[in-house]
Formats: sequence, C-alpha cells, structure tokens
Amino acid sequence: MTVLVDAHTRVVVQGITGHQGTVHTRQMKLFGTQVVAGVTPGKAGTTVEGVPVFDSVRDAVAQTHANASCIFVPAPFAKDALIEAVDAGILLSVIVTEHIPFHDMLVMYHYSRSKGGRIIGPNCPGIAAPGLSKVGIIPNVVFQPGRVGVVSRSGTLTYEIVNGIKEHGLGQSTCIGLGGDPVVGTSFVDALPLFQADPETDVIVLVGEIGGTAEEEGAEYIRRHITKPVVAYIAGRSAPPGKRMGHAGAIISRGRGTAETKLAALTAAGAQVARFPYEIPDLVAQIVAKQARR
Amino acid sequence: MVKLAEWRGKELFRKYGIPLPKGQVARSAEEAETLTRDGRVPLPCVVKAQVLAGGRGKGGAVKFANTPEEARAAGSAILGLEFKGEKVKELLLEQKLPIARELYLSITLDRSQRLPILIASAQGGMEIETVDDSAIERLPIHPFPGLAAYERRRIGQVLGVSGATAKSLDSLLGALWELFVREDAELVEINPLAVVGDGLVALDAKVIIEDDASFRHPEYDAIRDDRTPLEEIAREKGIAFVQLDGNIGVIANGAGLTMATLDVLKEFGGDPGVFLDLGGTDDPKKVTEAFLLMAQARPKAVFLNIFGGVTRCDTVATGLVEAMKQVPADGRFPLVARIRGNNEKEGIEILRAAGITSIPTLRESAQAVIAAARGSA
Repeated sequence: MTVLVDAHTRVVVQGITGHQGTVHTRQMKLFGTQVVAGVTPGKAGTTVEGVPVFDSVRDAVAQTHANASCIFVPAPFAKDALIEAVDAGILLSVIVTEHIPFHDMLVMYHYSRSKGGRIIGPNCPGIAAPGLSKVGIIPNVVFQPGRVGVVSRSGTLTYEIVNGIKEHGLGQSTCIGLGGDPVVGTSFVDALPLFQADPETDVIVLVGEIGGTAEEEGAEYIRRHITKPVVAYIAGRSAPPGKRMGHAGAIISRGRGTAETKLAALTAAGAQVARFPYEIPDLVAQIVAKQARR
Repeated sequence: MVKLAEWRGKELFRKYGIPLPKGQVARSAEEAETLTRDGRVPLPCVVKAQVLAGGRGKGGAVKFANTPEEARAAGSAILGLEFKGEKVKELLLEQKLPIARELYLSITLDRSQRLPILIASAQGGMEIETVDDSAIERLPIHPFPGLAAYERRRIGQVLGVSGATAKSLDSLLGALWELFVREDAELVEINPLAVVGDGLVALDAKVIIEDDASFRHPEYDAIRDDRTPLEEIAREKGIAFVQLDGNIGVIANGAGLTMATLDVLKEFGGDPGVFLDLGGTDDPKKVTEAFLLMAQARPKAVFLNIFGGVTRCDTVATGLVEAMKQVPADGRFPLVARIRGNNEKEGIEILRAAGITSIPTLRESAQAVIAAARGSA
C-alpha cells in the first residue's frame, strides 16, 4: 500500500482534449497509470491517446469505474469540474489548473469535504507512487521506486529534489505536490499522517515555502505524531518581504510565515533541516544508512 | 492583487450600501477649494492623500479644513507629497463628523482553516496588529450559509452597539460579506468604522482584490498599479517578474525553484536583482520574450535555472538561443545555464550548438554566475 494512489487507481482526465490534458495523459500512461477515461463536454465518442472520451464524469464513471480525477480544466470552469467529479462519486481529485480564484476553491474544498472527498491542489504537480501510478504532471524521469516519502508545496523544486534523491541511488514511495495556492485541498497536516501510516515509507521529506503557516502547523503535527525521521527544506529564506515571488502562497506578511519561523518550528519538532535543496539527498542518505545499521 | 485606493474602495462601499461621509475626489488644490465652496463637500472637512501606504495621519498626509481657503491650502500641501515612495496625485475630501466611538471590522481569508474570517474590535482607529488580542473577535464564516444573522448579532454584542446602531451594523455586515464574495476580495477592512449619532459611517476603506479572479472582474484591469513598467509588461505576457536592486538576473520556472535559486545565490555572496519565473510553458516564443525582458533590466549576468516538467528543456533552449540573436550588442550579458529534467539531452544539445554550456549542479552553476557578475562589474 502506498499513499492515496496505487495500482488500483483508475483515472479520469477532465479536460483531456486540451493541450496539457493530452500531453499528460500520455505521460501518465507511460508512467503506468491506468488512465481509463477522459471528459470533455461535447467530445464523447472520440479517443485521446487511446483513452475513451465522455461528455460527463458521470458517464465516464458508469462505463469505466474511474475512481480518481485529474483536472486540467481552465480556471474559470474548474469549480464546476470538481463539483461534477465529486457528484459522480469520485473521492480523489488532483487539480493541476492554476489561477483558480480562492473564493472558488473555498467552495470546492468544503463541498468535496462534505461528501467525503479529497482534493490535491489546485496549482499542483500532483501525486506519484513510482512503479504504480501517477496522477498529475510530475516528470516521469525523476522517479524510481523506493522508501522516501516526499510532500511539497512547490512544483519544479519538487522535481529537482525528487531527482536529487534518485541521483543518490535512493527512490521514492510516494511524492505529493500540494500546490502553493492560499487555499489547498491537502496541506502538510493532512498529508503527514498518510506517510506516517504508510508501511512503504521510511523517511519523510517536507518541502515548504515562505508565506502562510502551513509549515508551522506541519511542524506541530510532526512534534506530536510523527515518529519517522523528517528532512525539511524551506524555500525563500532570502526573499524580500512583501514581494510576490510567483504565486499567491509565497508572500510574507506580518512577521508570520517567514523562513525563520518555519525553520525554527521544524527544528524544534525534531526535523533535520536542509539549507539548500542539494543538501536534502545527503541528509536522507545519512538517515537511510543509519536505519540500515539498526 | 489589486489594492484599491481609499476612494475606489469607498465607491464599492457605496455600491453595496455601506454608509459613508459625504465626500468627493479632487486632483488639484483649486478643485479642493471649489468642492468645499459650492457645498459638494460640507465644511469642516478632512483632506486625505489617496495613497496605498498606511500611516497617513501621522505622516502629514491627512489635514483638516474649516474654510474653502484652508481646503485649498491643505490640498496644495498634500498634493505632490512623496508619501512612502508614492507621489500623491489624488485627494479625498470628506465631511468631518462628530464621532462618538471608533470600531474595527474586516473580512479576509484564514488559510489554515480554509475559511473567510471576520475580525471585529471595539478598539478601532489604530492598526489592528497593535490591539490586544483579548479585544479582538475572530469569527470564521462558512461559505455555504455565509454570514448568518445570529453571527451578525454576536458581532453587535462584541462591538457594544444596540438599538438603531445594531440594526445599521446588521445590514452593514451583510453588505461587507456580499462585497467580499462578489468582488473576489482578499481583504475588506473598515478602520475606523465610526459611531455617529445612532448610525455607523465607514471613515476609511481598504479593499484588496484577488488577481486570479480577473477573468470575471475586467473592471480592475486598469488599476493594477503596484508594478514597475517592466513588471507590468511581464504580467501581460504571463511571466512572473520581480525587480529589485541586485545585479544578477535569475530566470527559473516555478516559484519554489526561483526562491531556492535566490537562496543559493545569496548564500554564496551573489546579489540577485531580477527574478523571472517562466511558470509552465511549452512555447519557445514566451521564453524568448522573457529573455528580452530580462535584457531590458540590464543585469550584470544572468542565471538560467530550469527544471523541465511542463516547460521542457528543449523549449527553453530554443527560446534562449533565439533571444541571444535578438539582444542588441550593447545589451548582452554573460549567461550561465543549468537545465535539467524533461528533454534535458535535447536542450543541452541545442545550447551546445549555440556555444552555451549547461552546468548540471546548482552549487557550481550558482558560483559560476556570481563570478561572471563580478567579472563584468
């Protein structure tokens, strides 16, 4: 068993006929993901990368028993797409789409939760369990099966770090990219218990960014509940206060959510803190070596 | 985000039925005098600089006037002031009211709870950060029921209002919530909210509109003024661009990687100046545009740090090589490239053909660009 996705994950791609939808359907299939359906209203009966397209998620689920959704639908229509997935009984939705208004995401998050669903994202790279399944857009080349769990708020920085882990001869159990928006479906506090419970994960890598207090809350959860070793990195130590660095999550305000407060909280929680991305694989390798000696 | 000047925030307040003092905007001292002379702004009045920074009262950007002549003098004193780096171009003149008490109200987003949160305090008129925590009420609002009637009554109790004032507060809170949702606001703040007689009046307005909702709010497009000209061009092209004082330009993809790159440069003694986040793109033209934009910022050296995902390495390399052809001779800069990830081999090959070497590790590539920036200084 891995975290959230495994060989039984059956993916419907919402927005499959769009450019990104098509490209990543192909990549997901190459990864080994069971992509069983696509949805684009009005395009039923066609296929994309050999995947049958339906007019609605409901039709897709009825015909293919899809149990997870990967959403590429443009921001103005993303709220509707998510609600459609939830109403069709899909309980895991990965939203890749960026620039979804947070007011929409508030509705999406609370609606999904009220029906027992889970959202990863939005504006996220998705989730991958090497050798089993990938839902999202993380490049296939960075992975190799292993026992390091990665949970990150970043996109490309996650790829960089996961790749670094691979280049050190280690592999990943599951990698979750949470997305950097102000409102995310799954935060560190939601993801950490999944890795703690996962028998395939020995070490957890947490990659955070300045802005918000998700890392501080994650640190508190680590202090109380996580017994597995944690390696943490926070991007943005040298970012100027108040300047946006690319997405809404990355903004410093009112003395909270700075790199210092996050690093202090994570250190106090017993996590090993890397100062740079390239220090993470070294720290992980040391932990793995220590675990092997036991 | 779009931060609205006070008068624009108040236009929204008016639209949603939040009570305001009688007032008008003036763009010259003469206009300030005329508005008060012909009674469109009753005297005595307040003359306020329309700038986005806070602390106007203490900073001399708010004055009082009892006569049209005083309004003119106040206007000419404030107009042209440089307030915290922002030139004052507009004034808001408002009737001065007999204030009994000053309250505080705002609605913003609580990311941790993933809920809007209403913040209220009976101690208005000062920065909410300086108010003692015990005097602040925080009320999370669930988006489905919205701000319920019983919650509005509770805020009335917290603020210590009753009778007709409580009734005004009830409708004002309803309006504030509606504005927050319908305008896709990140923040709506009234500080102070004045008790005048048995009514309420919003003396100030702070409204921030979220950028991501711009597709349904084209009305704010013209007033996104919190950017340098180059930042504005970048925004139009969908490139995140931040301009600071350093001399090394950084082009990366993704906010996290951009920030990590910056951290590494700083650690090794570099001085990053412009950061450009390509985001996800598979259009070489966008990459070319990004580089040409970077060239305009006149960096001493440029560091390209790409981890290919959606943005493939070969796309970036193609765009980069094209840009290098277009940059005028006097705008050239030393370039250090590091491209990894999707289509890495193809990208490296395209760069090599153009005489550019990609350095694989972050550490070494960062050190190389710092050396290059020093060399050309």
